Amino acid sequence: MQIDPYILTFSAITVFVTIFMGFWSAKKSKTASDFFVAGRSVSVGWNASAISGEYLSAASFMGIAGMVMSSGYDALWYPVCYACGYLFLLLFIAGPLRRFGAYTIPDFAEGRYDSPLFRKIAVCFVLFIGFFYTMPQMKGAGVTLAYIFPGLPYWAGVVLVGAVITLNVALGGMKGITLVQAFQYWAKMFAISVPIFVLMAVYGHYGKQLEANVVSAQPPSLQSQVEVANTVAAASEIQRRELPPKAPSDSVWISPFGPLTTKAAKAANLSPEETKAYSLLYTYSLIIALVCGTAGLPHILVRFYTNPDGVAAKRTTMWVMILIGIFYVFPPVFGVIGRNLMPELYTGLSGIKGTDQVVLKLPTLLNEKYGVLGSILSGVTCAGAFAAFMSTFSGLLVSMTGALAHDVYGRMLRPKSTPEERMRMFKIAAVLIGGVAVVLGSFVEPLEINFMVGQAFAIAAASYFPLLFMSVWWRGMTMLGAAVGMLTGGLCALTAATLTNVSNLALDKGPMGKIFSGFSPLNEFWAQHPLLRILCEQPAIWAVPLSITLMIVISKLTSRRVPDDIRMKMLVLHAPEKLGLKQEYIQEHQPGH
Amino acid sequence: MSSPKPDMHSEAFLHSLMRKQLRLSISCAAAFLIVLLGLPLANYFLPELMSKRIFGFTLTWFFLGIGFFPAVWCISFYFIRRSIALEREEVEEVVGRGKGEGEKKG
Repeated sequence: MQIDPYILTFSAITVFVTIFMGFWSAKKSKTASDFFVAGRSVSVGWNASAISGEYLSAASFMGIAGMVMSSGYDALWYPVCYACGYLFLLLFIAGPLRRFGAYTIPDFAEGRYDSPLFRKIAVCFVLFIGFFYTMPQMKGAGVTLAYIFPGLPYWAGVVLVGAVITLNVALGGMKGITLVQAFQYWAKMFAISVPIFVLMAVYGHYGKQLEANVVSAQPPSLQSQVEVANTVAAASEIQRRELPPKAPSDSVWISPFGPLTTKAAKAANLSPEETKAYSLLYTYSLIIALVCGTAGLPHILVRFYTNPDGVAAKRTTMWVMILIGIFYVFPPVFGVIGRNLMPELYTGLSGIKGTDQVVLKLPTLLNEKYGVLGSILSGVTCAGAFAAFMSTFSGLLVSMTGALAHDVYGRMLRPKSTPEERMRMFKIAAVLIGGVAVVLGSFVEPLEINFMVGQAFAIAAASYFPLLFMSVWWRGMTMLGAAVGMLTGGLCALTAATLTNVSNLALDKGPMGKIFSGFSPLNEFWAQHPLLRILCEQPAIWAVPLSITLMIVISKLTSRRVPDDIRMKMLVLHAPEKLGLKQEYIQEHQPGH
Repeated sequence: MSSPKPDMHSEAFLHSLMRKQLRLSISCAAAFLIVLLGLPLANYFLPELMSKRIFGFTLTWFFLGIGFFPAVWCISFYFIRRSIALEREEVEEVVGRGKGEGEKKG
């Protein structure tokens, strides 16, 4: 296989435009506050596009399609809950947090409880969640580069992309990122929608493609599949290619409670009834993780502060919901068409593992009929993929670097540092974090992109979400309650997710399997305890309630330590900004800042 | 520098403020959670109905893959309109009683 010039050109253009915009805006952002929140002067349209651009990660662009192709119906929960999570954020957290006027979650944690110690704890979680969320982005980068340059090892792609973005962030800062993010939303929208419309026009639309997957009552065997495929081809005019034995059968794939949610129970050889019950549990836990986790993603909340006022922040959120909602209709279509027309991806013989590359590869089908059109469109989706992991990775890098430079260095280590020193620290921290992210990213090739993102959401759901939700709506919270709840919930979810990951990596047949082979006894344990496996793979269903319960119990026990000015704090959180309470509050607290 | 309004800083004001906001948020969240959490149950208990075909989609696929997003937009549109109105009412309430001086600072 050779390098396709069209694919290379389009990807290169995206990368260069991104870098150019970073450098161009670097000249414009001079002061330290420019770096952190873009001077709070971003219009609704720009900001909504930028938030959406940041939110649509490699998981949205590549991962959903890949997972729909490999697991079918159950994977649809991901795009839906990614969008719904935003609604939850809007309903309970966005408004109050904005009124409180803290730059970051650690700022909020410190302001709400008057505790610098708590800030340190909260900062740790920015880094934990951030690193978990960068891993799938890095995998997206590795897969895409290995697709563009056949033969390039996976890790080389990770290193290359990591280095480029790190440099960009270190030089541009957030102002640059706002512009770049907004541009990248539209790039992604174009890159996902245009190729899919062309594909649907040529090969049959969404519903027709799905119709080809007939639910048959017979047990799936190779022979019956061929029969079904024949009858379907006659009925719906879609020329399906034969599915390899590795692919799930039609009836399992298209119905709820398919391979994604039943894997653990199947491995334990449970009866179909029990399997279905476990699968329901898995589904609910996944929903909780994704819906609550959005509110806890460190790089999303910061953006609410770049609106000029509360009404603008709300309008922005409405637009974000619309922008991401429209986007999320498209990726599953790639998965559906990929299953019918490119089933060879199931076997992973084409070089890179798995179905995660379906978005990149599917348009090349058109080459059979229309010459280079397929390559051009594949170039477009590659460009979109670049936009996806580059934008999310830079957003995360800015948040994590901000946490290190602004919190750890600026507040804890050297409170008397000058703005210049902090700016220099921002750059050093960016390089440091970029490096760690690259190292982590090169380990995760065998894991599915979407799956890893789900885990990052679960950790956020068990740590930040309870903290924000309870602190905003319950005045009885104390620092101790908040800290213990957040730490316990978050660390439990983190441990559970890590355990699942290392046991999955131990199953890999490549080099990763050898590195992690020490964890393979874990897989035997999972086979005997499918319930535990599900609860570890999707920890949100127990970790979120655990965290909230701990917060309530410990806050009740330490109720004497509720901050004295709690009523004023709650007023600032909830009273309309026009009443000017924030100014009053800041004047009272002048020495603290 | 506005002198604290007894009205604004009273326990009763904060209480009613939070109550009103929370009621709005919870009613919107309830509408959306019923749909979101109800769908797996429908899949579990009514598999035949949910696998009926419309335009080639199974009913449940159609709902989850396409129909869900407009529903979320409706809820968030309603919430945003109501919450902006709610804030305006609250400002009017305070400004009305406090004769409205010095409120628009910042």
